Amino acid sequence: MSNITQLIRNTDKPHLIIVGNGMVGHHFIEQLAQLGAHQNYKITVFGEEPNLAYDRVHLSEYFTGKSYHDLAMSEPSFYDNNDIAYETSARVTAIDSLAKNIQLADGREFSFEKLILATGSYPFVPPIKGHDRENTFVYRTLDDLDAIRECAQSAKTGTVVGGGLLGLEAANALKNLGLKTSVVEFAPRLMPVQLDETGGALLRNMISTLGVDVYTATATTQIVAGNDAVHRMEFANGDYLETDLILFSAGIRPQDALAKQAQLKVGERGGIVVNDYCQTSHDDIYAIGECALWEGRIFGLVAPGYSMAKVAANHILGFQGEAFTGADMSTKLKLLGCDVGSIGDAHQTTPSAKRFVYQDDFLNVYRKMVVSEDGTKLLGAVLVGDNSYYDTLLQYYLNGITLPSNPQSLILPVSDGEPVGLGIDMLPATASICSCHNVTKQDIAETISSGSMTLGEVKRVTKASTGCGGCSALLKKVVDNELLALGVEVSTDICEHFSYTRQDLYNLVKIDEIKTFKELLDKYGKGKGCEVCKPAVGNILASVWNDFVLKKEHVSLQDTNDRYLANMQKDGTYSVVPRIPGGEITPDKLIVLGEVAKKYNLYTKITGGQRIDLFGATLSELPHIWEELIAVGFETGQAYGKSVRTVKSCVGSTWCRFGVNDSMTMAIDIENRYKGLRSPHKLKFAVSGCTRECAEAQSKDIGVIATEGGWNLYVCGNGGMKPRHADLFATDLTDQQLITYIDRLLMFYVKTADRLQRTSVWMESLEGGWTT
Amino acid sequence: MSWIKVCSYEDLVANAGIAVKVMDKQVAIFLDPEFNQLFALSNWDPIGKANVMSRGLMAEIEGVLTVASPLYKQKYCLSTGVCIDEDIVLPIWNVKLENDVVWLAPK
Repeated sequence: MSNITQLIRNTDKPHLIIVGNGMVGHHFIEQLAQLGAHQNYKITVFGEEPNLAYDRVHLSEYFTGKSYHDLAMSEPSFYDNNDIAYETSARVTAIDSLAKNIQLADGREFSFEKLILATGSYPFVPPIKGHDRENTFVYRTLDDLDAIRECAQSAKTGTVVGGGLLGLEAANALKNLGLKTSVVEFAPRLMPVQLDETGGALLRNMISTLGVDVYTATATTQIVAGNDAVHRMEFANGDYLETDLILFSAGIRPQDALAKQAQLKVGERGGIVVNDYCQTSHDDIYAIGECALWEGRIFGLVAPGYSMAKVAANHILGFQGEAFTGADMSTKLKLLGCDVGSIGDAHQTTPSAKRFVYQDDFLNVYRKMVVSEDGTKLLGAVLVGDNSYYDTLLQYYLNGITLPSNPQSLILPVSDGEPVGLGIDMLPATASICSCHNVTKQDIAETISSGSMTLGEVKRVTKASTGCGGCSALLKKVVDNELLALGVEVSTDICEHFSYTRQDLYNLVKIDEIKTFKELLDKYGKGKGCEVCKPAVGNILASVWNDFVLKKEHVSLQDTNDRYLANMQKDGTYSVVPRIPGGEITPDKLIVLGEVAKKYNLYTKITGGQRIDLFGATLSELPHIWEELIAVGFETGQAYGKSVRTVKSCVGSTWCRFGVNDSMTMAIDIENRYKGLRSPHKLKFAVSGCTRECAEAQSKDIGVIATEGGWNLYVCGNGGMKPRHADLFATDLTDQQLITYIDRLLMFYVKTADRLQRTSVWMESLEGGWTT
Repeated sequence: MSWIKVCSYEDLVANAGIAVKVMDKQVAIFLDPEFNQLFALSNWDPIGKANVMSRGLMAEIEGVLTVASPLYKQKYCLSTGVCIDEDIVLPIWNVKLENDVVWLAPK
């Protein structure tokens, strides 16, 4: 197949040639098409196989009824429509890296400006005597499968050499072709790369009960003609196995022959050496996928190959893209009907790592979690028998999410059958949902908010779950979750200047130690900022660094109230509310308030928060008023701020017949401790001296009620437009415990709440939060 | 055009406003420090009905630099005075900076 005569034209555009048209090579072309590369380059693809790229991950489905067309990655029209020339059954035999041209087997030559090697890998056939006899095969291409199928018609038995992932996949195929199947593995267990000893042994048992004979720790010395079958495989231990068909699946080797011929740098054990942008030792020649050797590693999975394709495409076109930074090699699959999963450090090689293990020989399941020494992070996992635990574990692993306090619950069976899941809300926006196409939770959210309202539509737009398909269940959950959230809030961006939530900005400020709005804007935002992001960032900076908010670099972020330490009223004058901690005030201070009010002709009112409000001060009077108030020890009560307002209190045990504790002193201590703390929204506290609750603590963000045994702490209550009764958080606390708990709760709130989100709403938005 | 000297550069606040009284009228002057660009418009908030515009936050909305009323948050384009939320326009003034001195002239 070719469209080359139609499409290769004499143009001035430089020639971009891709050698290899497997899944990664095809993905690279898709990336080029997406980036509009044909405007800058004439693009040509040469593929060795007779067909255009097809889905090799699902190769075995060719035996269960799927045709090439079902497995094809695209229609030929995709190439035509994107101005991409292709030729199949075209073998490139030489590269002249100095003259920058390539030669095909038929002698034709093409010069190139950029060359991409996506030559993939070839199956490794161990150099056993007799390996090249008739009726021996490998398992990689549709041609291989056609040949196997043909041979299987006259065969009764089949043997796979290699008990790794692909070997077992191939064994399954032979079994489905009706052959009595055996697997011969050199290592002491099946899937030695992914599984530990216990997992490998269990898998072996399960496969054996399905009628597949498994030989582990078995080395084949030679293959000769058999007596009762076509072949006899002789083993090092003196045994032998007779079989009609032999299929080698003992690993892959990078297809680097062209690179060697062109004298590009290759690894000692093969693989074309590439840098973080997939460039080989020749700047204009790139290598991607299984033929590429990055930091001494070959990536034999499709997802890393796709990442490389993307990186290389962006690099060639001069777009600033991400570098290739390696890939996660976690896998889950169903082999011969058995679930197998492997994540991260499955072999517990991390020093001082600890593990949780669950094994059930009745149900044939085995699950192991490898965790950090302190038990807070998941380092790896092995699953055999039931992969329903995989998605959750993988997310914990990939995103470094802190494990729950009883991590074993993640692998223990639960009575209703559904394993303990990680709430979708708990996943960070950057969580990779589909690793094949590198689609994050945020990508999905954005796709939905820009109009894709169904799972199918999201799949079509993002390509999520169209690679290996392993993420389909998780994808559905994420889509459902996003759709559910839709209508409530679509974009969580704080404003047009920052594509971040308040929580994101908080973390950026903290982690990057950003001290000013300008610094944050330069690094993570755009434009000049607005009335939404300025005060929000000003608030975050104050929360994190506690800098004086009226410093030159901060003053323009402050609302007028924060800037002048008073509340602007409808006529443009201000009201002044000095802080009166706990509502306790001396006669002398009361007199000064009266004198100031009289002097400046201010209207006075006792507030709901047990303080005194002085209304009607002009901007120019404010400095004079404050001078007089400060002189007797007053400070601003921040009646305007997104910060601690008042701590309301009853008079407590000193005076009250019913009081069981000194609520007055506690209220004053609390107010003095937390005053000035900048938070996402205002914070109101109260302390009651007994359960009669005169201070109405249960309608406050932080409410404290004295008991015979200490203090009861209520949190996240609210008066106002939508009242919410506070939740009892802890009982009978000592003074010290009370303060510790309030500290922690406020820290969590300040770190994680949205802009202008009161604690009541924040609490309800949290995973597992109380809802009414 | 008769220019009136109103204050010095030091009196201005970067990315924020100040108020001056000129010809018996209050004028809000804003400074965008990026190119030392000055904007002058009436300090009177026609919706809140108070002389408060100089105390609003400067806000860039889709590339247009505005000031948001500190009372009811309507935004006015700093260079034209056009309100982007309501059908209303704030009077604007000519403003220039010469040798660290700020000059105003009525439009």
